[in-house]
Amino acid sequence: MRPFDYARPADVDEALSLVGDTPGARFLGGGTNLVDLLRRGVETADLLVDVSRLPLDEIEEAADGGLRVGAGVRNSDLAHHPLVRRRYPVLSRALLSGASGQLRAMATVGGNLHQRTRCPYFTDLDAPCNKRDRGAGCAARHGASRGLAVLGTSERCAATHPSDLAVALVALDARIELASRDGVREVSADGFHVLPGETPDIETVARRDELVTAVVLPSPPPGRGDYRKVRDRASYAFALVSVAAVLDVVDGDVASVRLGLGGVGTVPWRAHRAEAHLTGSPLSDERVAEAVALELADARTTPDNAFKVELARRTAVATLRRLATPSDSTAGAIA
Amino acid sequence: MPAPPPARPVTLTVNGRRTTASLEPRTSLLDALREQAGLTGTKKGCDQGACGACTVLVDGRRVLGCLTLAMQAEGCHVVTIEGVGPHHPLQDAVVHHDGLQCGFCTPGQVCSALGMLAEHRAGAPSLVTEDLAADAVPLTSAEIRERMSGNLCRCGAHNGLVAAVREVAESGSAR
Ligand SMILES: Cc1cc2nc3c(=O)[nH]c(=O)nc-3n(C[C@H](O)[C@H](O)[C@H](O)COP(=O)(O)OP(=O)(O)OC[C@H]3O[C@@H](n4cnc5c(N)ncnc54)[C@H](O)[C@@H]3O)c2cc1C
Ligand code: FES
Ligand code: FES
Repeated sequence: MRPFDYARPADVDEALSLVGDTPGARFLGGGTNLVDLLRRGVETADLLVDVSRLPLDEIEEAADGGLRVGAGVRNSDLAHHPLVRRRYPVLSRALLSGASGQLRAMATVGGNLHQRTRCPYFTDLDAPCNKRDRGAGCAARHGASRGLAVLGTSERCAATHPSDLAVALVALDARIELASRDGVREVSADGFHVLPGETPDIETVARRDELVTAVVLPSPPPGRGDYRKVRDRASYAFALVSVAAVLDVVDGDVASVRLGLGGVGTVPWRAHRAEAHLTGSPLSDERVAEAVALELADARTTPDNAFKVELARRTAVATLRRLATPSDSTAGAIA
Repeated sequence: MPAPPPARPVTLTVNGRRTTASLEPRTSLLDALREQAGLTGTKKGCDQGACGACTVLVDGRRVLGCLTLAMQAEGCHVVTIEGVGPHHPLQDAVVHHDGLQCGFCTPGQVCSALGMLAEHRAGAPSLVTEDLAADAVPLTSAEIRERMSGNLCRCGAHNGLVAAVREVAESGSAR
Protein backbone atom coordinates (compact mmCIF):
# COMPACT_ATOMS: atom_id res chain seq x y z
CA MET A 1 0.00 0.00 0.00
CA ARG A 2 1.31 3.42 -0.99
CA PRO A 3 2.13 5.37 2.17
CA PHE A 4 -0.08 8.19 3.37
CA ASP A 5 -0.34 10.36 6.43
CA TYR A 6 -3.13 10.35 8.99
CA ALA A 7 -4.67 13.23 10.92
CA ARG A 8 -7.38 13.37 13.52
CA PRO A 9 -8.82 16.91 13.46
CA ALA A 10 -10.32 18.35 16.62
CA ASP A 11 -13.36 19.86 14.97
CA VAL A 12 -15.18 20.22 11.67
CA ASP A 13 -13.42 23.46 10.75
CA GLU A 14 -10.02 21.86 11.14
CA ALA A 15 -11.13 18.90 9.03
CA LEU A 16 -12.37 21.23 6.28
CA SER A 17 -9.13 23.21 6.32
CA LEU A 18 -6.94 20.12 6.22
CA VAL A 19 -8.73 18.70 3.21
CA GLY A 20 -9.15 22.12 1.61
CA ASP A 21 -5.42 22.85 1.88
CA THR A 22 -4.06 19.45 0.87
CA PRO A 23 -4.81 18.37 -2.72
CA GLY A 24 -4.14 14.70 -1.94
CA ALA A 25 -6.21 14.65 1.24
CA ARG A 26 -9.33 12.53 1.71
CA PHE A 27 -11.88 12.28 4.47
CA LEU A 28 -11.80 8.97 6.34
CA GLY A 29 -14.94 7.55 7.94
CA GLY A 30 -14.97 3.97 9.18
CA GLY A 31 -12.42 3.06 6.54
CA THR A 32 -14.31 -0.03 5.40
CA ASN A 33 -14.22 1.04 1.76
CA LEU A 34 -11.36 3.52 1.55
CA VAL A 35 -8.77 1.46 3.43
CA ASP A 36 -9.58 -1.54 1.25
CA LEU A 37 -9.28 0.48 -1.98
CA LEU A 38 -6.05 2.15 -0.84
CA ARG A 39 -4.55 -1.21 -0.03
CA ARG A 40 -5.50 -2.55 -3.45
CA GLY A 41 -4.06 0.53 -5.16
CA VAL A 42 -7.44 1.48 -6.65
CA GLU A 43 -7.50 4.76 -4.76
CA THR A 44 -4.62 6.91 -3.62
CA ALA A 45 -4.24 9.51 -0.89
CA ASP A 46 -1.46 11.54 0.66
CA LEU A 47 -3.38 12.33 3.81
CA LEU A 48 -6.40 10.75 5.48
CA VAL A 49 -8.39 13.16 7.61
CA ASP A 50 -10.29 11.02 10.11
CA VAL A 51 -13.75 12.51 10.53
CA SER A 52 -15.20 9.53 12.39
CA ARG A 53 -14.39 11.06 15.80
CA LEU A 54 -15.86 14.47 15.10
CA PRO A 55 -19.05 15.39 16.97
CA LEU A 56 -21.15 14.34 13.97
CA ASP A 57 -22.56 11.31 15.75
CA GLU A 58 -25.94 12.58 16.95
CA ILE A 59 -29.42 11.56 15.86
CA GLU A 60 -31.75 14.45 16.68
CA GLU A 61 -35.49 14.98 16.28
CA ALA A 62 -36.30 17.93 14.04
CA ALA A 63 -39.15 20.37 14.51
CA ASP A 64 -40.98 19.12 11.39
CA GLY A 65 -41.18 15.57 12.79
CA GLY A 66 -38.13 14.41 10.88
CA LEU A 67 -34.67 13.39 12.00
CA ARG A 68 -31.25 14.89 11.56
CA VAL A 69 -28.61 12.18 11.39
CA GLY A 70 -24.96 13.14 11.81
CA ALA A 71 -22.69 11.88 9.05
CA GLY A 72 -20.48 10.12 11.59
CA VAL A 73 -23.30 7.96 12.96
CA ARG A 74 -22.37 4.33 12.46
CA ASN A 75 -24.64 2.30 10.21
CA SER A 76 -25.52 -0.06 13.07
CA ASP A 77 -26.39 2.78 15.46
CA LEU A 78 -28.73 4.29 12.88
CA ALA A 79 -30.37 0.95 12.10
CA HIS A 80 -30.84 0.15 15.80
CA HIS A 81 -32.13 3.56 16.87
CA PRO A 82 -35.64 3.26 18.35
CA LEU A 83 -37.02 6.22 16.39
CA VAL A 84 -35.65 4.90 13.12
CA ARG A 85 -37.04 1.43 13.78
CA ARG A 86 -40.49 2.79 14.55
CA ARG A 87 -40.79 5.67 12.08
CA TYR A 88 -38.51 4.69 9.20
CA PRO A 89 -38.50 0.86 9.10
CA VAL A 90 -37.53 1.00 5.42
CA LEU A 91 -34.30 2.73 6.45
CA SER A 92 -33.59 0.42 9.35
CA ARG A 93 -34.08 -2.65 7.16
CA ALA A 94 -32.01 -1.25 4.32
CA LEU A 95 -29.10 -0.76 6.71
CA LEU A 96 -29.54 -4.16 8.37
CA SER A 97 -29.46 -5.80 4.93
CA GLY A 98 -26.05 -4.33 4.15
CA ALA A 99 -22.63 -5.85 4.76
CA SER A 100 -22.12 -7.58 8.16
CA GLY A 101 -22.45 -6.76 11.84
CA GLN A 102 -18.77 -5.80 12.05
CA LEU A 103 -18.84 -3.63 8.93
CA ARG A 104 -22.04 -1.89 10.01
CA ALA A 105 -20.49 -1.13 13.40
CA MET A 106 -17.60 0.61 11.61
CA ALA A 107 -19.26 2.20 8.57
CA THR A 108 -20.46 5.79 8.84
CA VAL A 109 -23.41 7.40 7.09
CA GLY A 110 -21.14 9.78 5.16
CA GLY A 111 -18.81 7.01 4.05
CA ASN A 112 -21.68 4.78 3.01
CA LEU A 113 -22.98 7.40 0.59
CA HIS A 114 -19.52 7.80 -0.93
CA GLN A 115 -18.71 4.11 -1.23
CA ARG A 116 -17.47 3.01 -4.65
CA THR A 117 -18.90 0.39 -6.98
CA ARG A 118 -18.25 -3.33 -6.55
CA CYS A 119 -17.87 -3.89 -10.31
CA PRO A 120 -15.01 -6.43 -10.37
CA TYR A 121 -13.14 -4.52 -13.10
CA PHE A 122 -13.03 -1.38 -10.96
CA THR A 123 -10.74 -3.16 -8.51
CA ASP A 124 -8.85 -5.14 -11.15
CA LEU A 125 -5.84 -3.00 -11.97
CA ASP A 126 -5.08 -5.13 -15.00
CA ALA A 127 -8.42 -4.33 -16.62
CA PRO A 128 -9.41 -1.00 -18.18
CA CYS A 129 -12.02 0.92 -16.22
CA ASN A 130 -13.37 4.39 -17.03
CA LYS A 131 -14.40 4.89 -13.44
CA ARG A 132 -10.91 4.29 -12.13
CA ASP A 133 -9.07 5.87 -15.02
CA ARG A 134 -10.99 8.33 -17.20
CA GLY A 135 -10.93 7.35 -20.86
CA ALA A 136 -9.22 3.99 -20.29
CA GLY A 137 -12.16 1.95 -21.57
CA CYS A 138 -14.50 -0.52 -19.93
CA ALA A 139 -13.68 -4.18 -19.52
CA ALA A 140 -17.19 -4.98 -18.34
CA ARG A 141 -18.78 -4.22 -21.72
CA HIS A 142 -17.52 -7.48 -23.12
CA GLY A 143 -16.79 -9.17 -19.83
CA ALA A 144 -18.71 -10.43 -16.84
CA SER A 145 -21.82 -8.25 -16.87
CA ARG A 146 -24.18 -10.09 -14.53
CA GLY A 147 -23.90 -7.50 -11.79
CA LEU A 148 -24.08 -4.45 -14.03
CA ALA A 149 -26.81 -1.84 -13.94
CA VAL A 150 -29.58 -1.75 -16.52
CA LEU A 151 -30.75 1.83 -15.86
CA GLY A 152 -28.78 5.04 -16.12
CA THR A 153 -25.92 3.40 -18.01
CA SER A 154 -23.72 5.08 -20.61
CA GLU A 155 -21.36 3.84 -23.30
CA ARG A 156 -18.57 4.39 -20.80
CA CYS A 157 -19.93 2.71 -17.67
CA ALA A 158 -22.72 0.53 -16.37
CA ALA A 159 -21.40 -0.14 -12.87
CA THR A 160 -24.05 -0.49 -10.18
CA HIS A 161 -24.19 1.75 -7.15
CA PRO A 162 -23.83 -0.66 -4.21
CA SER A 163 -25.34 1.23 -1.26
CA ASP A 164 -28.51 -0.08 0.36
CA LEU A 165 -28.77 2.95 2.63
CA ALA A 166 -28.88 5.32 -0.34
CA VAL A 167 -31.80 3.44 -1.91
CA ALA A 168 -33.86 3.98 1.22
CA LEU A 169 -32.79 7.63 1.40
CA VAL A 170 -33.93 8.46 -2.14
CA ALA A 171 -37.30 6.86 -1.39
CA LEU A 172 -37.61 8.94 1.80
CA ASP A 173 -36.81 12.27 0.07
CA ALA A 174 -33.83 12.71 2.39
CA ARG A 175 -31.48 15.67 2.03
CA ILE A 176 -27.73 15.59 2.38
CA GLU A 177 -25.89 18.40 4.09
CA LEU A 178 -22.46 19.29 2.71
CA ALA A 179 -19.96 21.61 4.36
CA SER A 180 -16.79 23.15 3.02
CA ARG A 181 -14.81 26.28 3.79
CA ASP A 182 -17.18 28.03 1.40
CA GLY A 183 -20.18 27.28 3.61
CA VAL A 184 -22.95 24.73 3.97
CA ARG A 185 -25.39 23.54 1.31
CA GLU A 186 -28.06 20.87 1.08
CA VAL A 187 -28.75 18.59 -1.86
CA SER A 188 -31.51 16.01 -2.26
CA ALA A 189 -30.47 12.39 -1.83
CA ASP A 190 -32.02 11.79 -5.25
CA GLY A 191 -29.68 14.37 -6.80
CA PHE A 192 -26.56 13.46 -4.82
CA HIS A 193 -25.31 10.67 -7.08
CA VAL A 194 -24.83 11.50 -10.74
CA LEU A 195 -25.20 9.32 -13.83
CA PRO A 196 -21.91 8.12 -15.37
CA GLY A 197 -22.34 9.80 -18.75
CA GLU A 198 -18.96 10.69 -20.23
CA THR A 199 -17.28 10.90 -16.81
CA PRO A 200 -18.02 7.80 -14.74
CA ASP A 201 -15.20 8.75 -12.38
CA ILE A 202 -17.42 11.57 -11.07
CA GLU A 203 -20.03 9.88 -8.89
CA THR A 204 -21.62 12.60 -6.79
CA VAL A 205 -22.28 16.34 -6.86
CA ALA A 206 -20.01 16.73 -3.81
CA ARG A 207 -16.56 18.18 -4.33
CA ARG A 208 -13.53 16.44 -2.85
CA ASP A 209 -13.28 19.12 -0.14
CA GLU A 210 -16.95 18.91 0.82
CA LEU A 211 -17.68 17.01 3.99
CA VAL A 212 -21.02 15.26 4.39
CA THR A 213 -22.08 16.55 7.80
CA ALA A 214 -25.62 15.20 8.08
CA VAL A 215 -28.50 13.41 6.43
CA VAL A 216 -31.81 15.14 7.02
CA LEU A 217 -34.92 12.99 6.97
CA PRO A 218 -38.24 14.76 6.50
CA SER A 219 -41.13 13.53 8.61
CA PRO A 220 -41.92 9.93 7.66
CA PRO A 221 -44.22 9.50 4.64
CA PRO A 222 -47.63 8.04 5.54
CA GLY A 223 -48.15 4.31 5.31
CA ARG A 224 -46.00 1.26 5.85
CA GLY A 225 -42.46 0.76 4.69
CA ASP A 226 -40.14 -2.11 3.92
CA TYR A 227 -36.85 -2.90 2.21
CA ARG A 228 -36.44 -6.13 0.38
CA LYS A 229 -33.12 -7.28 -0.99
CA VAL A 230 -32.50 -10.20 -3.32
CA ARG A 231 -29.00 -11.59 -3.59
CA ASP A 232 -26.95 -14.67 -4.32
CA ARG A 233 -26.83 -15.72 -0.68
CA ALA A 234 -29.12 -14.90 2.21
CA SER A 235 -26.76 -12.52 3.98
CA TYR A 236 -23.46 -10.61 3.64
CA ALA A 237 -23.79 -9.98 -0.09
CA PHE A 238 -24.60 -7.04 -2.31
CA ALA A 239 -28.00 -6.73 -3.95
CA LEU A 240 -28.86 -8.20 -7.31
CA VAL A 241 -32.07 -6.22 -6.94
CA SER A 242 -33.52 -4.40 -3.97
CA VAL A 243 -36.73 -2.48 -3.42
CA ALA A 244 -37.34 0.25 -0.86
CA ALA A 245 -41.04 0.96 -0.56
CA VAL A 246 -43.41 3.05 1.52
CA LEU A 247 -47.07 2.51 0.67
CA ASP A 248 -50.20 4.27 1.86
CA VAL A 249 -53.54 2.85 0.78
CA VAL A 250 -56.68 4.85 1.63
CA ASP A 251 -60.16 3.53 0.82
CA GLY A 252 -58.71 0.94 -1.48
CA ASP A 253 -56.66 3.35 -3.58
CA VAL A 254 -52.97 4.10 -3.42
CA ALA A 255 -52.84 7.51 -1.75
CA SER A 256 -49.07 7.67 -1.98
CA VAL A 257 -46.21 5.36 -2.72
CA ARG A 258 -42.44 5.76 -2.61
CA LEU A 259 -40.25 3.35 -4.51
CA GLY A 260 -36.49 3.11 -4.62
CA LEU A 261 -34.62 0.46 -6.57
CA GLY A 262 -31.16 -0.91 -5.81
CA GLY A 263 -28.95 -3.16 -7.89
CA VAL A 264 -30.48 -2.03 -11.19
CA GLY A 265 -29.18 1.52 -11.54
CA THR A 266 -25.82 3.21 -11.90
CA VAL A 267 -27.18 5.41 -9.11
CA PRO A 268 -29.64 4.64 -6.30
CA TRP A 269 -32.84 4.72 -8.34
CA ARG A 270 -35.99 6.61 -7.40
CA ALA A 271 -38.81 5.07 -9.43
CA HIS A 272 -40.84 8.21 -10.14
CA ARG A 273 -42.57 6.79 -13.22
CA ALA A 274 -43.69 3.70 -11.35
CA GLU A 275 -44.95 5.80 -8.45
CA ALA A 276 -47.02 7.98 -10.79
CA HIS A 277 -48.57 4.93 -12.40
CA LEU A 278 -49.59 3.46 -9.05
CA THR A 279 -50.89 6.58 -7.34
CA GLY A 280 -54.66 7.06 -7.32
CA SER A 281 -55.58 3.52 -8.37
CA PRO A 282 -56.32 0.32 -6.49
CA LEU A 283 -53.18 -1.78 -5.96
CA SER A 284 -52.90 -5.07 -7.77
CA ASP A 285 -50.03 -7.29 -8.83
CA GLU A 286 -50.81 -6.43 -12.46
CA ARG A 287 -50.72 -2.74 -11.78
CA VAL A 288 -47.35 -3.03 -10.00
CA ALA A 289 -45.98 -5.10 -12.88
CA GLU A 290 -47.07 -2.38 -15.33
CA ALA A 291 -45.51 0.29 -13.15
CA VAL A 292 -42.17 -1.52 -12.99
CA ALA A 293 -42.31 -2.16 -16.75
CA LEU A 294 -42.74 1.59 -17.29
CA GLU A 295 -39.84 2.35 -14.98
CA LEU A 296 -37.61 -0.15 -16.74
CA ALA A 297 -38.76 0.69 -20.27
CA ASP A 298 -35.37 2.23 -21.06
CA ALA A 299 -33.39 -0.62 -19.51
CA ARG A 300 -30.28 -1.58 -21.45
CA THR A 301 -29.42 -5.17 -20.75
CA THR A 302 -26.84 -7.76 -21.65
CA PRO A 303 -27.65 -11.46 -21.88
CA ASP A 304 -26.12 -11.84 -18.42
CA ASN A 305 -28.01 -9.13 -16.56
CA ALA A 306 -31.35 -9.12 -18.40
CA PHE A 307 -32.74 -11.21 -15.54
CA LYS A 308 -32.72 -8.08 -13.37
CA VAL A 309 -35.73 -6.66 -15.23
CA GLU A 310 -37.88 -9.63 -14.32
CA LEU A 311 -36.39 -9.84 -10.84
CA ALA A 312 -37.17 -6.16 -10.18
CA ARG A 313 -40.75 -6.74 -11.25
CA ARG A 314 -41.18 -9.73 -8.97
CA THR A 315 -39.46 -8.10 -6.03
CA ALA A 316 -41.60 -4.97 -6.31
CA VAL A 317 -44.78 -7.01 -6.63
CA ALA A 318 -43.92 -9.08 -3.57
CA THR A 319 -42.88 -6.08 -1.50
CA LEU A 320 -45.95 -3.98 -2.27
CA ARG A 321 -48.32 -6.91 -1.95
CA ARG A 322 -47.09 -7.53 1.55
CA LEU A 323 -47.25 -3.87 2.52
CA ALA A 324 -50.85 -3.73 1.25
CA THR A 325 -51.94 -6.65 3.41
CA PRO A 326 -52.19 -5.32 6.98
CA SER A 327 -53.53 -8.65 8.24
CA ASP A 328 -50.28 -10.31 7.26
CA SER A 329 -48.41 -10.58 10.54
CA THR A 330 -45.07 -10.78 8.77
CA ALA A 331 -45.61 -7.50 6.94
CA GLY A 332 -42.66 -5.25 7.32
CA ALA A 333 -40.39 -8.23 7.75
CA ILE A 334 -38.15 -9.90 5.24
CA ALA A 335 -38.68 -13.58 4.79
CA MET B 1 6.80 11.51 -4.83
CA PRO B 2 7.20 13.08 -1.38
CA ALA B 3 8.99 11.08 1.28
CA PRO B 4 6.62 8.70 3.04
CA PRO B 5 5.38 10.00 6.36
CA PRO B 6 7.56 8.59 9.10
CA ALA B 7 6.40 6.05 11.61
CA ARG B 8 5.31 7.57 14.87
CA PRO B 9 4.41 6.25 18.30
CA VAL B 10 0.86 5.01 18.64
CA THR B 11 -0.53 4.03 22.02
CA LEU B 12 -3.18 1.35 22.13
CA THR B 13 -4.78 -0.30 25.12
CA VAL B 14 -4.89 -3.97 24.24
CA ASN B 15 -6.49 -6.45 26.61
CA GLY B 16 -6.19 -3.90 29.39
CA ARG B 17 -2.49 -3.17 28.82
CA ARG B 18 -1.21 0.06 27.34
CA THR B 19 1.30 -0.56 24.61
CA THR B 20 3.12 1.94 22.45
CA ALA B 21 4.56 1.00 19.09
CA SER B 22 6.14 2.98 16.31
CA LEU B 23 3.78 2.60 13.37
CA GLU B 24 3.33 3.96 9.87
CA PRO B 25 -0.09 5.52 9.33
CA ARG B 26 -1.00 2.84 6.79
CA THR B 27 -0.55 0.02 9.34
CA SER B 28 -3.79 -1.81 9.99
CA LEU B 29 -4.91 -2.63 13.50
CA LEU B 30 -4.64 -6.29 12.49
CA ASP B 31 -0.99 -5.97 11.49
CA ALA B 32 -0.21 -3.89 14.58
CA LEU B 33 -1.69 -6.59 16.80
CA ARG B 34 -0.02 -9.48 15.03
CA GLU B 35 3.33 -8.03 14.01
CA GLN B 36 4.01 -5.41 16.67
CA ALA B 37 2.16 -6.63 19.76
CA GLY B 38 2.85 -10.30 18.98
CA LEU B 39 -0.82 -11.17 19.46
CA THR B 40 -1.23 -13.69 16.67
CA GLY B 41 -4.54 -15.07 17.87
CA THR B 42 -6.33 -12.63 15.58
CA LYS B 43 -6.16 -14.07 12.07
CA LYS B 44 -5.69 -12.56 8.64
CA GLY B 45 -7.97 -14.33 6.19
CA CYS B 46 -8.81 -12.06 3.28
CA ASP B 47 -7.45 -8.67 4.39
CA GLN B 48 -10.44 -7.19 2.50
CA GLY B 49 -13.35 -7.21 4.94
CA ALA B 50 -14.89 -10.32 3.46
CA CYS B 51 -14.31 -13.10 6.01
CA GLY B 52 -14.40 -11.85 9.62
CA ALA B 53 -11.31 -13.78 10.76
CA CYS B 54 -9.74 -10.54 11.99
CA THR B 55 -12.66 -9.53 14.23
CA VAL B 56 -11.67 -7.82 17.49
CA LEU B 57 -13.57 -5.67 19.96
CA VAL B 58 -12.85 -1.94 20.00
CA ASP B 59 -14.54 -0.14 22.88
CA GLY B 60 -16.85 -3.14 23.08
CA ARG B 61 -17.90 -3.07 19.42
CA ARG B 62 -16.97 -5.83 17.01
CA VAL B 63 -14.87 -4.50 14.15
CA LEU B 64 -12.60 -5.84 11.43
CA GLY B 65 -8.93 -5.39 12.26
CA CYS B 66 -7.97 -5.52 8.59
CA LEU B 67 -9.99 -2.44 7.62
CA THR B 68 -9.22 -0.43 10.74
CA LEU B 69 -6.05 1.64 10.75
CA ALA B 70 -4.14 1.21 13.99
CA MET B 71 -4.18 4.99 14.37
CA GLN B 72 -7.97 4.98 14.25
CA ALA B 73 -7.93 2.83 17.39
CA GLU B 74 -5.59 5.12 19.29
CA GLY B 75 -7.09 5.89 22.69
CA CYS B 76 -9.55 2.97 22.42
CA HIS B 77 -9.77 -0.27 24.37
CA VAL B 78 -9.01 -3.19 22.10
CA VAL B 79 -9.86 -6.74 23.13
CA THR B 80 -8.46 -9.66 21.16
CA ILE B 81 -9.00 -13.37 21.65
CA GLU B 82 -6.00 -13.38 24.01
CA GLY B 83 -7.97 -11.05 26.27
CA VAL B 84 -11.09 -13.20 26.13
CA GLY B 85 -9.67 -16.60 27.01
CA PRO B 86 -8.50 -19.11 27.66
CA HIS B 87 -11.67 -20.48 29.25
CA HIS B 88 -14.43 -18.04 28.59
CA PRO B 89 -17.82 -19.83 28.73
CA LEU B 90 -18.28 -19.18 25.01
CA GLN B 91 -14.94 -20.76 24.17
CA ASP B 92 -15.80 -23.82 26.26
CA ALA B 93 -19.18 -24.03 24.54
CA VAL B 94 -17.57 -23.83 21.08
CA VAL B 95 -15.31 -26.74 22.01
CA HIS B 96 -18.18 -28.69 23.55
CA HIS B 97 -20.41 -28.24 20.46
CA ASP B 98 -17.64 -28.96 17.92
CA GLY B 99 -17.90 -25.39 16.67
CA LEU B 100 -14.50 -25.59 15.03
CA GLN B 101 -12.36 -27.78 12.89
CA CYS B 102 -9.13 -26.17 11.68
CA GLY B 103 -9.69 -23.28 14.10
CA PHE B 104 -8.62 -20.50 11.77
CA CYS B 105 -11.92 -18.63 11.93
CA THR B 106 -12.50 -19.34 15.63
CA PRO B 107 -10.91 -16.29 17.30
CA GLY B 108 -12.89 -14.04 14.97
CA GLN B 109 -16.05 -16.06 15.57
CA VAL B 110 -15.68 -15.78 19.34
CA CYS B 111 -14.95 -12.04 19.35
CA SER B 112 -17.75 -11.43 16.87
CA ALA B 113 -20.22 -13.44 18.94
CA LEU B 114 -19.32 -11.52 22.09
CA GLY B 115 -19.90 -8.24 20.28
CA MET B 116 -23.10 -9.59 18.76
CA LEU B 117 -24.44 -10.70 22.15
CA ALA B 118 -23.80 -7.24 23.56
CA GLU B 119 -25.71 -5.70 20.62
CA HIS B 120 -28.55 -8.11 21.25
CA ARG B 121 -28.69 -7.30 24.96
CA ALA B 122 -28.95 -3.64 24.00
CA GLY B 123 -32.07 -4.48 21.97
CA ALA B 124 -30.63 -4.40 18.45
CA PRO B 125 -32.82 -6.02 15.78
CA SER B 126 -31.48 -7.86 12.73
CA LEU B 127 -32.68 -8.29 9.17
CA VAL B 128 -34.67 -11.39 10.14
CA THR B 129 -36.38 -9.73 13.12
CA GLU B 130 -40.09 -9.60 12.29
CA ASP B 131 -41.10 -6.73 14.52
CA LEU B 132 -38.48 -4.02 14.27
CA ALA B 133 -40.22 -1.97 16.95
CA ALA B 134 -40.01 -4.71 19.59
CA ASP B 135 -37.79 -3.92 22.57
CA ALA B 136 -36.49 -7.45 22.98
CA VAL B 137 -35.79 -9.93 20.22
CA PRO B 138 -35.66 -13.69 20.97
CA LEU B 139 -32.25 -14.99 19.90
CA THR B 140 -33.35 -17.88 17.69
CA SER B 141 -30.98 -19.88 15.50
CA ALA B 142 -32.14 -17.85 12.50
CA GLU B 143 -31.27 -14.66 14.37
CA ILE B 144 -27.83 -16.00 15.33
CA ARG B 145 -27.10 -17.06 11.75
CA GLU B 146 -28.03 -13.66 10.34
CA ARG B 147 -26.14 -11.75 13.03
CA MET B 148 -23.04 -13.92 12.60
CA SER B 149 -23.06 -13.90 8.78
CA GLY B 150 -19.96 -11.71 8.74
CA ASN B 151 -17.85 -14.63 9.96
CA LEU B 152 -17.20 -17.25 7.33
CA CYS B 153 -15.97 -20.74 8.20
CA ARG B 154 -14.46 -22.69 5.36
CA CYS B 155 -14.62 -25.89 7.43
CA GLY B 156 -18.37 -25.57 7.78
CA ALA B 157 -18.50 -25.62 11.59
CA HIS B 158 -21.45 -23.25 11.61
CA ASN B 159 -23.98 -25.56 13.21
CA GLY B 160 -21.78 -26.10 16.24
CA LEU B 161 -21.06 -22.39 16.48
CA VAL B 162 -24.75 -21.53 16.42
CA ALA B 163 -25.43 -24.10 19.14
CA ALA B 164 -22.61 -22.74 21.28
CA VAL B 165 -23.72 -19.13 20.93
CA ARG B 166 -27.28 -20.10 21.69
CA GLU B 167 -26.34 -22.01 24.81
CA VAL B 168 -24.24 -19.18 26.15
CA ALA B 169 -26.89 -16.58 25.30
CA GLU B 170 -29.55 -18.58 27.13
CA SER B 171 -27.39 -19.09 30.21
CA GLY B 172 -26.41 -15.42 30.24
CA SER B 173 -22.77 -16.31 30.87
CA ALA B 174 -21.26 -14.40 27.96
CA ARG B 175 -20.71 -11.05 29.62
C1 LIG C 1 -17.33 -7.31 2.46
C2 LIG C 1 -18.17 -6.07 2.34
C3 LIG C 1 -19.53 -6.20 2.12
C4 LIG C 1 -20.33 -5.06 2.02
N1 LIG C 1 -21.67 -5.20 1.76
C5 LIG C 1 -22.45 -4.10 1.63
C6 LIG C 1 -23.84 -4.20 1.34
O1 LIG C 1 -24.38 -5.30 1.21
N2 LIG C 1 -24.56 -3.05 1.21
C7 LIG C 1 -23.99 -1.83 1.36
O2 LIG C 1 -24.69 -0.83 1.23
N3 LIG C 1 -22.67 -1.70 1.62
C8 LIG C 1 -21.91 -2.80 1.76
N4 LIG C 1 -20.57 -2.66 2.00
C9 LIG C 1 -19.97 -1.33 1.93
C10 LIG C 1 -20.02 -0.57 3.21
O3 LIG C 1 -21.36 -0.23 3.50
C11 LIG C 1 -19.19 0.67 3.01
O4 LIG C 1 -17.84 0.28 2.91
C12 LIG C 1 -19.33 1.66 4.14
O5 LIG C 1 -20.66 2.10 4.27
C13 LIG C 1 -18.41 2.85 3.94
O6 LIG C 1 -18.46 3.67 5.09
P1 LIG C 1 -17.12 4.09 5.85
O7 LIG C 1 -17.49 5.04 6.91
O8 LIG C 1 -16.36 2.89 6.27
O9 LIG C 1 -16.38 4.84 4.66
P2 LIG C 1 -14.83 5.02 4.35
O10 LIG C 1 -14.28 3.76 3.81
O11 LIG C 1 -14.15 5.65 5.49
O12 LIG C 1 -14.93 6.10 3.19
C14 LIG C 1 -15.58 5.81 1.96
C15 LIG C 1 -15.54 7.07 1.09
O13 LIG C 1 -16.31 8.10 1.70
C16 LIG C 1 -15.52 9.26 1.91
N5 LIG C 1 -16.04 9.82 3.16
C17 LIG C 1 -16.14 9.21 4.37
N6 LIG C 1 -16.80 9.99 5.23
C18 LIG C 1 -17.12 11.13 4.56
C19 LIG C 1 -17.82 12.33 4.91
N7 LIG C 1 -18.35 12.51 6.13
N8 LIG C 1 -17.95 13.29 3.97
C20 LIG C 1 -17.42 13.13 2.73
N9 LIG C 1 -16.77 12.01 2.35
C21 LIG C 1 -16.63 11.03 3.25
C22 LIG C 1 -14.10 8.78 1.95
O14 LIG C 1 -13.21 9.80 1.56
C23 LIG C 1 -14.14 7.65 0.93
O15 LIG C 1 -14.07 8.17 -0.37
C24 LIG C 1 -19.75 -3.79 2.15
C25 LIG C 1 -18.39 -3.66 2.41
C26 LIG C 1 -17.60 -4.78 2.51
C27 LIG C 1 -16.14 -4.62 2.77
S1 FES D 1 -9.09 -10.63 7.30
FE1 FES D 1 -10.40 -9.01 7.87
S2 FES D 1 -12.30 -9.66 7.12
FE2 FES D 1 -10.97 -11.18 6.31
S1 FES E 1 -12.93 -24.01 11.71
FE1 FES E 1 -11.79 -23.97 9.88
S2 FES E 1 -12.40 -22.08 9.06
FE2 FES E 1 -13.77 -22.31 10.65
